[in-house]
Amino acid sequence: MTSTPKTGAFSHKNLERNVSLLGLCALGAVAIGGIVEIAPLFWIDSTVEKVEGVRPYTPLELTGRNIYIREGCYVCHSQMVRPFRDEVERYGPYSLAAESMYDHPFQWGSKRTGPDLARVGGRYSDEWHRAHLKDPRSVVPESIMPPYAFLAERPVKAGQMAGHLTALSRVGVPYSKDAIKEADADLMAQADPNADGAALQARYPKAQVRDFDGNPAKVTELDAVVAYLQMLGTLVDHQKAKPFEQPR
Amino acid sequence: MAENKRIDAPTGTQTVGHEWDGIEELDTPMPRWWVFTFWACILWGLGYIVLFPAIPMLNGATPGLWNWSSRGQLEQELKAETARRAPITNALAAIPVEQLAGNEKLYQAAIEGGRAAFKVHCVQCHGSGAAGSKGYPNLNDDDWLWGGDLPAIHYTLTNGIRQPDHEATRFSQMPAFGGVLANGEIDAVAAYVQTLSGKAKPSALSASGAALFANNCASCHGTDGKGLREFGAPNLTDGIWLYGGDVASIKTTITKARYGVMPRWDNRLDPVTIKMLAAYVHSLGGGEANAAPVPAAVPDPEKVAANVQP
Repeated sequence: MTSTPKTGAFSHKNLERNVSLLGLCALGAVAIGGIVEIAPLFWIDSTVEKVEGVRPYTPLELTGRNIYIREGCYVCHSQMVRPFRDEVERYGPYSLAAESMYDHPFQWGSKRTGPDLARVGGRYSDEWHRAHLKDPRSVVPESIMPPYAFLAERPVKAGQMAGHLTALSRVGVPYSKDAIKEADADLMAQADPNADGAALQARYPKAQVRDFDGNPAKVTELDAVVAYLQMLGTLVDHQKAKPFEQPR
Repeated sequence: MAENKRIDAPTGTQTVGHEWDGIEELDTPMPRWWVFTFWACILWGLGYIVLFPAIPMLNGATPGLWNWSSRGQLEQELKAETARRAPITNALAAIPVEQLAGNEKLYQAAIEGGRAAFKVHCVQCHGSGAAGSKGYPNLNDDDWLWGGDLPAIHYTLTNGIRQPDHEATRFSQMPAFGGVLANGEIDAVAAYVQTLSGKAKPSALSASGAALFANNCASCHGTDGKGLREFGAPNLTDGIWLYGGDVASIKTTITKARYGVMPRWDNRLDPVTIKMLAAYVHSLGGGEANAAPVPAAVPDPEKVAANVQP
């Protein structure tokens, strides 16, 4: 040690020998990283483009969505059309952030063993979906999708929808009090072709009311899944939405 | 902060300048290539921040000097592709579908375009080889429900089949005969229908079905069972079955009727793509020459109404 060590407050020597000072400085350094990563999340709402037409899921669609998650459909199917030419030409207009803003959890996915489903709504008839879910090979000979014939046998369980909607409303999905109160009735009404769908459609614009599974006698899980698939990607009018999508 | 830095004699390397209980640390310089790569990366990062969207602000990221966005890039790519295809698509848009088959070059271009579009929009029902399956017609054969010349295929593609929200759609409805005919009578008609294509030999049962067929079925399927395209009534004599030709399937068809639907594509695809699809389907093997006068494509609603079960 030839020269005298410098003894500034933040010198290496001081920091190394003073635990409180070292802790404070470490906290400061970590806080910078934390703010950079966390702060933008507080403004995330303002970064989701406003698009007309997106509404919360109806109770039947929500049930279908839960079955979709339960059966692990997301393992093979994504739900996001990315803004690339090959995807747009195959699947349709690219997905907007707003279209999945009421998804808890979102189903964007990252694996496409099967095709993307973000724009599958209205693309096939209900009958096609029934045939395809019961036996995928009957309509797509080269398909490797497992059959889901049992969905037609399992009745949809009513009675829990109000709680489910309440939970979702707590995390920001705008279900009205009315919608929560009528949830179980709406669940059954959407799959009943004879029900008066007016109240349901007032609560959920563009809701499709009909018998989805070809068996009007009961509401099955097949009803729910087909109802969910048939509404995917149909809520936003993409011609109208164009002005909102300013390419930078 | 240079504190007590010195050159370590055995290695000739500078120390970092602090010691603890006599233990010091060498400050071996990083290899040149590493330092160079490090600074190059930082420079590249700075350039990226300036040119591309990077820093998150209140209402989105900073746009960057190049104003790049993935959507903007997509739009440019699509525009370039549209421009590249423009000569052919403009010609296809201009030519009436009745004359398309006459223009060999355009017809071939349309077939190739249709082949690609078919894989996106049609294979799910009609199958990747267009061979169909139960309830979904085979497009490779020459058996057509609503007509197999280019204008007829084009009309079906444009307006769909039995689309409830569309007036110009192809529409007809076979009555469900369950409840109209007794079970025995349905057996008889099914037996008779099987003899029409030679699937079964005439028997006493089928003979009793002949009169029932003439009274109930012939108005659409024709007295000889050859069908009527005006109603999309299938030809029952050609051994090609949409819903199955075994007795059980035929009886189900008679009892409950069928109501196959096809989407209309005029609200999803542009007119040129529809024309290309029509050319592709027409080219698959069963395409017919244009009927001399273009047939009245919309069935007379009164006739259809008269045909529906009272």
